[in-house]
Amino acid sequence: MMNWLALVSIVSAAVAVSFGAIGPALAEGRAVAAAMDALARQPEAANTISRTLFVGLAMIETMAIYCLVIALLLLFANPFLK
Amino acid sequence: MKSPLGSVALFHFGPVPVTAAVLTTWVIMIAMTLGAILVTRRLSLVPSATQAFFELLVETVDSQIGDTMRVAPAPYRAFIGTLFAFIFIANWSSLVPGIEPPTAHLETDAALALVVFVAVIWFGIRAGGVRGYLATFASPNPVMIPLNFIESLTRAFSLLVRLFGNVMSGVFVIGIVLSLAGLLVPVPLMALDLLTGAVQAYIFAVLAMVFIAGAVGEAGAAPHTFSQGTP
Repeated sequence: MMNWLALVSIVSAAVAVSFGAIGPALAEGRAVAAAMDALARQPEAANTISRTLFVGLAMIETMAIYCLVIALLLLFANPFLK
Repeated sequence: MKSPLGSVALFHFGPVPVTAAVLTTWVIMIAMTLGAILVTRRLSLVPSATQAFFELLVETVDSQIGDTMRVAPAPYRAFIGTLFAFIFIANWSSLVPGIEPPTAHLETDAALALVVFVAVIWFGIRAGGVRGYLATFASPNPVMIPLNFIESLTRAFSLLVRLFGNVMSGVFVIGIVLSLAGLLVPVPLMALDLLTGAVQAYIFAVLAMVFIAGAVGEAGAAPHTFSQGTP
């Protein structure tokens, strides 16, 4: 008899990371593309654009990192497995 | 595999367990304090090379604060600059062999996020008084009070998770690659990790600035609209 809770935890950790990375990846691509566009149009505003881009990317990236943290919680600190 | 969420006590200081992350944090704090004392001990109008370098650093912090917050940087220079310098050094402390960056542990990041959370309240109250700061929670209209309240908690939480996730995942990936492949294979990943560490330190400082600027701007503007009944 297999430990179903452990199996489900591992599978859902993998699912959380893999599907959780799709949205932020698309969003970061769009953000960088828009920033490149803005840079090409207005090279003199490079400072402001890159600072805003960095902060925005960090915000978007947080979504993926939430998924990573959930996956790590499932794998290493699962409250139902103890 | 070692859990990235847990930490092991190195030794006990009375009843308090001291982990490696705490020890590294102490060493970084002592080094930064001593360094600051040494650098500022003999200041001169014609700067030496070291003084010129650190003046450049402070000026960069000042210009970033001015660009992001659109206020005079003086009241925020020490807080933001120290925050950036500490996180930067902590992230790059993985360059020393055998040392894991303290920011790769949840507790250090929680402490840093808590500091920012308290600083937002402190600067907000200092700019607009307790009434002015509390009025910012009812900012567009009083329906938003629960949302604004939750937002102030979740953005501190997201600061914590962002820094922890980025630094910890770097350390974790290097550990996995090192256990799979040979000695020199993780070097490019470590270089990427240094870049991530620098960018995350910058982002943490910028987000702290943005949050403080939000509280200060709204609290500073609020008394004109909200406290007209008081003499």
